[in-house]
Amino acid sequence: MALQTAPGRTATPAVTRSVPQPTWRGRLFRFETRAAPYLYVSPFFLLFFAFGLFPLVWTAWISFNEFTLGSPMTFVGLDNYRWLFSSPEFYNSLWRTITIGILSTVPQLLLALGLAHLLNYQMVVRNFFRISMLMPYATSVAASTLVFAQLFGRDAGFVNWVLSWFGVDAVDWRNGDLTAQIAIAVIVTWRWTGYNALIYLAGMQSIPRDLYEAAAIDGASKWQQFRHVTLPGLRPTILFTVVVSTIGATQLFGEPLLFGNGQANGGAMNQYQTLGLFMYQQGWEYFNLGRAATVAWVTFVLVVALVLLNTGIARWRTREGKAAR
Amino acid sequence: MTVTTVREVAAVRPPAPARRRRRRGDDHAGPLAYVLLVVTAFLFLAPFYYMVVAASRPMSEMNQFPPPLTPGGGLWRNVVSAWDAQPLGLAIWNSVAVSSVITVTTVLLCTLSGFAFAKQQFAGKKALFALTVGTMMIPPTLGVVPLYQVMAALDLTGKLTAVVLPSLVTAFGVFFMRQYLIQTLPDELLEAARVDGATSLRTVWSIVLPIARPGMAVLAMLTFMAAWNDFFWPVIALLSSNPTVQVALKNLGSGYVPDQAIIMAGTLVGTLPVVVVFVALGRQIVSGIMAGAVKG
Repeated sequence: MALQTAPGRTATPAVTRSVPQPTWRGRLFRFETRAAPYLYVSPFFLLFFAFGLFPLVWTAWISFNEFTLGSPMTFVGLDNYRWLFSSPEFYNSLWRTITIGILSTVPQLLLALGLAHLLNYQMVVRNFFRISMLMPYATSVAASTLVFAQLFGRDAGFVNWVLSWFGVDAVDWRNGDLTAQIAIAVIVTWRWTGYNALIYLAGMQSIPRDLYEAAAIDGASKWQQFRHVTLPGLRPTILFTVVVSTIGATQLFGEPLLFGNGQANGGAMNQYQTLGLFMYQQGWEYFNLGRAATVAWVTFVLVVALVLLNTGIARWRTREGKAAR
Repeated sequence: MTVTTVREVAAVRPPAPARRRRRRGDDHAGPLAYVLLVVTAFLFLAPFYYMVVAASRPMSEMNQFPPPLTPGGGLWRNVVSAWDAQPLGLAIWNSVAVSSVITVTTVLLCTLSGFAFAKQQFAGKKALFALTVGTMMIPPTLGVVPLYQVMAALDLTGKLTAVVLPSLVTAFGVFFMRQYLIQTLPDELLEAARVDGATSLRTVWSIVLPIARPGMAVLAMLTFMAAWNDFFWPVIALLSSNPTVQVALKNLGSGYVPDQAIIMAGTLVGTLPVVVVFVALGRQIVSGIMAGAVKG
């Protein structure tokens, strides 16, 4: 663009596109300008192909093989898939992933929405609140799970102590079915609510102020403003967080692993064995990498289906919202 | 209370122009908002406090009912025990090394490619950027089996290189720097540089990098935290004799009859560095996450 308006402009239109006298230096300069963007983006793509795309495609191939590390792969066709779809453990882990996913994602996003609304107010110690909400995000899966495992202890756990004030008997969080899942969902919710709240807050602050003014003039209450201005304005942000949390929920691994003292079975009755844990068990405890690859691939298809379903619902709801207006 | 009177007055009187003009984001929080925020802040911070309490008392005291609520004097003893149970010193050193290398390369490479996507024209740009964002959707667990295979073939399993290699650059970083540079880098500056005959690399060095610096700092903090806290791949790729902090914590918590106090002491040691960074730079991290968020 800039070069076209440079002094060389006086020449015929055909020449305007290039530097007037294509000297060696000029050519090199032009080549460098053209090639530079590719040079800048190439590391990402090289690394992505080597450590992202290639493993992704290769996982599909491995899933058709019987494969233990160190010995050659044996092609077995659909055997791994046949095994997977007739394995009760697979359906168990699939079901646990879904319930823990719902138990953690839904409260997490609803809480985040409410928190973002509160954080959007003008107040004295605003930054203190914002930072403290984000503190859990700074902890690791390992640290947060180990602390919560302690808090959810049966005999001397803090949570049971608080519950005892209300006359609730000591809950054996780890060995119960639903209770273990709730405990894990609490860890996930604790770590991610503040992060999501900040993302909602960013979305809220980009909603034009005049929309609220117009709504207020029309006599809309605070709740009506939230319902009819904030929520529609946040829709893309909400969709983003739903997609990210859905992916996160299907990947759950560290929390159930450490909540069960590092065991990959996810509790004595596999009551909190997620798909991630199931895959780890097949691949790195039973050393059957072919089966692990099959679990990974089926999980991936599931994630894509879930994401499409979620975006589909959101799109459909947006269209409905527009039609109603 | 005063609140109700204000509301009653507001209900009777039509809103004054000044009141109407007041922007929603400038509304002051009422007492209820403060109460709710204080309660949530407490819930978010209490586990950190409890970590300190549990790390500073012997296990016998932690097993009492009701559990103790104040720190004891056994912190040092527990930390030493944790240090004996797991190679924590090596783990911290490994985590520092891994996180630093990942942070430096991620920030540099993401700034370059973020700049290309934000401000430069080239064939295939749209498709390549869509692909970049699309890769964020791929779950990290998916490629783990072949990735392990690749590392085994390169004889890297158990070595830190195996942890570093797949994380040298992230799609999120590219996306983040692109957003940042679109907003902060004026086109006029780049055009002026070109008219002056600056090569592309020179433009990057003397114009893009200085302007990108605040964004790079935020990305650096986020990347460092993510690298320090990364769990899944290091647990698979590393051996317990050469762990990162997270792998060491996993091993610490994996005993059959684990001593909770020692686990908590180790957790405290492994969490402290990131918490210190976070408390020191919290405001920037908060605004960084908000800047990188998808806006409506």
